[in-house]
Amino acid sequence: MTEEILIAGFGGQGVLSMGKILAYSGVMGNKEVSWMPSYGPEMRGGTANVTVIISDDRISSPILSLVDTAIILNQQSLDKFENSVKPGGILIYDPNGITKRPTRRDINIYSIHAADEAAKMGLTKVFNMIVLGGFLKIKPVVQPEFIHKGLEKSLPVRHHNMIPENEKAIERGKEIITPEFLLN
Amino acid sequence: MSMKELRLMKGNEAFAEAAIRAGADGYFGYPITPQSEVMEYLMAQKPHERTGMVVLQAESEIAAINMVYAGASCGKRVLTSSSSPGISLKQEGISYIAGAELPCVILNAVRGGPGLGTIQPSQSDYFQSTKGGGHGDYRLIVLAPSSVQEMSDFASLSFDLAFKYRNPVLILSDGAIGQMMEKVYLDDQRPRFTEEEIIKNTPWATTGKTANRERNIITSLNLDSHVQEEHNIHLQAKYREIEKNEVRYEALHCEDAEYVIVAYGSGARLSQKAVDIARAKGIKVGLLRPITLFPFPKAPLAELAGRVKGFMTVEMSAGQMIEDVKLAIECKVKVEHFGRMGGIIPSPQEIVDALESKLIGG
Repeated sequence: MTEEILIAGFGGQGVLSMGKILAYSGVMGNKEVSWMPSYGPEMRGGTANVTVIISDDRISSPILSLVDTAIILNQQSLDKFENSVKPGGILIYDPNGITKRPTRRDINIYSIHAADEAAKMGLTKVFNMIVLGGFLKIKPVVQPEFIHKGLEKSLPVRHHNMIPENEKAIERGKEIITPEFLLN
Repeated sequence: MSMKELRLMKGNEAFAEAAIRAGADGYFGYPITPQSEVMEYLMAQKPHERTGMVVLQAESEIAAINMVYAGASCGKRVLTSSSSPGISLKQEGISYIAGAELPCVILNAVRGGPGLGTIQPSQSDYFQSTKGGGHGDYRLIVLAPSSVQEMSDFASLSFDLAFKYRNPVLILSDGAIGQMMEKVYLDDQRPRFTEEEIIKNTPWATTGKTANRERNIITSLNLDSHVQEEHNIHLQAKYREIEKNEVRYEALHCEDAEYVIVAYGSGARLSQKAVDIARAKGIKVGLLRPITLFPFPKAPLAELAGRVKGFMTVEMSAGQMIEDVKLAIECKVKVEHFGRMGGIIPSPQEIVDALESKLIGG
């Protein structure tokens, strides 16, 4: 098993930390992982992206032009990365702020209203965990027990009281992710 | 598996943690992207409280390398880190350290150049690293990590090699290796050497003259040319010894290969994926990854040249290591280069396309 995931959005949406929790969960599940962020001028321009690879085998390139799954959280990232999904792969996006929806018909497309849901739950900080939950519903690459351990490892101890809320958000994400276009 | 501590870390952080655990006595640096995490991590760790290690932000790169020169003169395990423009500033000091035969560790997280260039990953400092960089006939031992694990492992290896040969060791990394997180198994803490151990291990160091020995003098100045030439002959003999003993490389899928990609560091990671893609298409291609850039793995390349149709170097530069590949194989078979410059990272697919168009079809 090798799963290549690109997560892209605005700085501050928790893109890098979502990737980090996913990567840590992979480590806890005894997988090989890599977490390759954008850095420097790209980040300073307000957008952030990270490529996470989780695999049973040694990982070759941490930098990829095509991925199995793209998780897209703003329009700029959708414009930039829609074509980075392998044919037959998966695109997950939050329609909040999206004016031009994805148009590809050779990939599976899911939407998740994570920003709206986070506001409803009164927990805007766990927005990224709702998205992560949605992804894990579609691609259960790491077991829930390892996600729990991943949260413990990647969150500073002073934030460990937030772990139950993060897990609640993950569960909610699993419930609300919706297929928008599926290949047969 | 080992009982070593497992962590998920950035390459830069893993190097910094490994330096502490290697028993380093001092780090002297000046911040520059994409390696500022090295000093940030060291500062946050307060290694002075853990091991007594000193971490100091100098007023400039030049000051930092000269603090390294001073620390090394006293037999201390000292290091610095920077990125390309900062490494250029350090070259005078590096030449002096090489001339004075002092052990130290230098990390270069290469960014696109020339000049201030960009801050994205590049491999355009190969010539500078392996052919001299500063003035005078000297060589650095150059290690090229291609994973976060190697960023950790090479910290202690570098100190061992530096002290074994009384020679500066350069670790040639870049922003991709430094900024990415991977699993890393950390070495256990090595104790720092005590003053007594330093006096015993490094009898050449300026540890304070005692009545029973001559003064130790650390210098790179020999005004008598005959003395200087003797010193040059000694240095060259040492470099040949290093070439004999310290070549390190990794060969992947080379057993049945018709073509071989030669790539190091992050370029080797991209190439590894390219090899997987090409093999899936039925192309018999292997990867030869030099781990030491000096000494260069000449013998394994020469051996491969007897049985493959051609080589392609993949470097994030205009093609620098290709010269060493051509020398190693004495141009017996075709050698092509593929690379991107200025901080652009080629995709594995681009590498496969170049392999097909330049080497196989060309």
